Amino acid sequence: PPFAFAPRRLRFGPHHPLLEDGDVHRHLYLQGVLTSLAEVAERPKVSEFSCHISGCCQVFDTVEDYEHHYNTLHRNVCSFCKRSFPSGHLLDIHILEWHDSLFQIMAEKQNMYKCLVEACAEKFKSSKDRKDHLVTVHLYPADFRFDRPKKVKSGPKHVSSPMKQGASMPMDVSMETLEQFQVDPIEIGPSENMEIPQPAASPGSSVPEKQLYKSRIPSTICFGQGATRGFKGPRKK
Amino acid sequence: VLELLRAVQRGSEDRKRSLGRLRWALQNKETQQKFVRLDGSIRTLIGIFTSSLADMQMEAARCLHELSHSSDPAVAEACLPVTSYLLTYLSGHSVEFMELCLYTLGNLVVESEAVRKQLLPQGIIPVLASCIQSPHEAVLEGLGYVLSQLLQAKEAPTEIIPLVLDSVLPQHMLRLVCSGLKAGIGAAVEFAWCLHYIICSHTANAALLSLGALPALTSLLLDLASEIPQDAPEGLELLVCPVLRCLSNLLAEETGCEVQIQDERLLIALFLILQCFLQQHPFIVQECLWLLNNLTADEPFFCSALLSLDLLPALLQLLPCSQMASVLVLTVLCNIAEKGPAYCQQLHRQPALPLLLPTLALPDPEVVGQCLELLHLLFLHWPEAAADFVTQGGHRALEQHQSTPVLQERARALLDMVGQPLGASALSPCHATLSAFS
Repeated sequence: PPFAFAPRRLRFGPHHPLLEDGDVHRHLYLQGVLTSLAEVAERPKVSEFSCHISGCCQVFDTVEDYEHHYNTLHRNVCSFCKRSFPSGHLLDIHILEWHDSLFQIMAEKQNMYKCLVEACAEKFKSSKDRKDHLVTVHLYPADFRFDRPKKVKSGPKHVSSPMKQGASMPMDVSMETLEQFQVDPIEIGPSENMEIPQPAASPGSSVPEKQLYKSRIPSTICFGQGATRGFKGPRKK
Repeated sequence: VLELLRAVQRGSEDRKRSLGRLRWALQNKETQQKFVRLDGSIRTLIGIFTSSLADMQMEAARCLHELSHSSDPAVAEACLPVTSYLLTYLSGHSVEFMELCLYTLGNLVVESEAVRKQLLPQGIIPVLASCIQSPHEAVLEGLGYVLSQLLQAKEAPTEIIPLVLDSVLPQHMLRLVCSGLKAGIGAAVEFAWCLHYIICSHTANAALLSLGALPALTSLLLDLASEIPQDAPEGLELLVCPVLRCLSNLLAEETGCEVQIQDERLLIALFLILQCFLQQHPFIVQECLWLLNNLTADEPFFCSALLSLDLLPALLQLLPCSQMASVLVLTVLCNIAEKGPAYCQQLHRQPALPLLLPTLALPDPEVVGQCLELLHLLFLHWPEAAADFVTQGGHRALEQHQSTPVLQERARALLDMVGQPLGASALSPCHATLSAFS
């Protein structure tokens, strides 16, 4: 008989035609064409307040600016040398390698230099070996900023930027390529930061955040260029 | 552009303003391309991005984020040196900063395989796995976005999904999708799409089934449907759609699908969803019908439920929606009819024929073909339907297809089944070719 029907459960891969319309809808959503799911409030400005960490007189007028300042400068801070780090993991490694008197002794007998990638459990016998591993296995840049070897104590006072973020060498020394600027003003540590009296309000805060979204769409649909997702910030309709 | 870069490199008090201006300028496509070609431009940005000057760092992050919008893969590749830092900062705590990093990463991932190839050994999956435990909705949504882009990569089934499955990500994704209505719907939407991309790659479903995805998502669908009559949040269909797809694909998984959902509330939920979104978001119709097919194909449970809950009229109403909807509705009807005489009787009594006859006149051969299959099942199990079909003029409806290649065999077979027109057989018995129902 010519009738072939048999009931069966259907399974579709990502590019099945049935899914096309829904995928387009998803793409449009990411492009911000649709009205938002949840309104994000305009970031409220509060009256100016200052950082409560003693010695730091940075001033803010939004909570977000303050949060970022705090997290950058005061959160993962080494109590020995006051350097700040982007994460607890890097701080722990720093304290171990720079301030633990037993570290050097133990490092002679076993591999003590931990990989900087948190999920990686490898340990190495020297800072150089670790760097090689970072570069070859994890494809990290050779001048990764948070992996500067500890400087051998060369004299009583080390003048240049004692408050650098996890780095013992000024950035321009390690740069092989052309140096565009003489003094690297980026290396201002928290102490110098405090001297800058300007308020922390970002000049761009009145600028509406752009929202373009980028998403993968079926190749049969052409929208011209892809649309990239923007940072939500103060949401415009 | 060069001017802007110089201004930024010069430093001094209005560096922040220069960065702001740069960011504005980088909203332009060509400026993005020009910028990355300038010597030292990315290096400068990285320098500021990794400094300890919080507000400048934020501005630099915004510039990088603008760059990530580019659809030119060369721009994405120029940003390769940034990725290790983006990941490092995801172990941090500033919500806004992390959001920027996440969206930047997500955007870079789309355009460039080179970026993805680098991010995996840099440990992006473990980083995302620890981020997913953040309590911040905004961070979670950004995280979902990155993952959703990673999971759509062409190499995802072999390179990325296995890593994801090996982490704690799947259980957290499921949790966040299912708590979306109470907690954050934005994040739930992202992770629902992530689950969809994983599931439709058909490489991971055993793992997800063992996490209890099927009952969890079923429960979620029931909750979503119950939200609808009251205060359906805007954009709910963005969550409903991937959930429907996940359920359909999970049900179609060969292994381990003795785990059946036998909850007839699911049918009600489906039809509520259909009713709600039919007008504004018609694409939901085919998504729902796909699930309905998978529910009715094997076990008779949902076929019986559909009939006893009197949902047949609602189903039939969907016939004229679209070509795809027609085929699916007819397929579901076939699923029901195939279950036997009792089912066909109810279909016939609905009545189904008045809707099926005009369907035979539609120009689409796929739709008509499915209709012929249905009629075959109906006549087979419930001969009364065949007789009524003839009195309603079905004979002519069938005849028009006798010369369509893909339909003719079936049309003729049906013509045989229903016999000659009543008039002819009464008047000329020697022409009677009434064949017994085959």
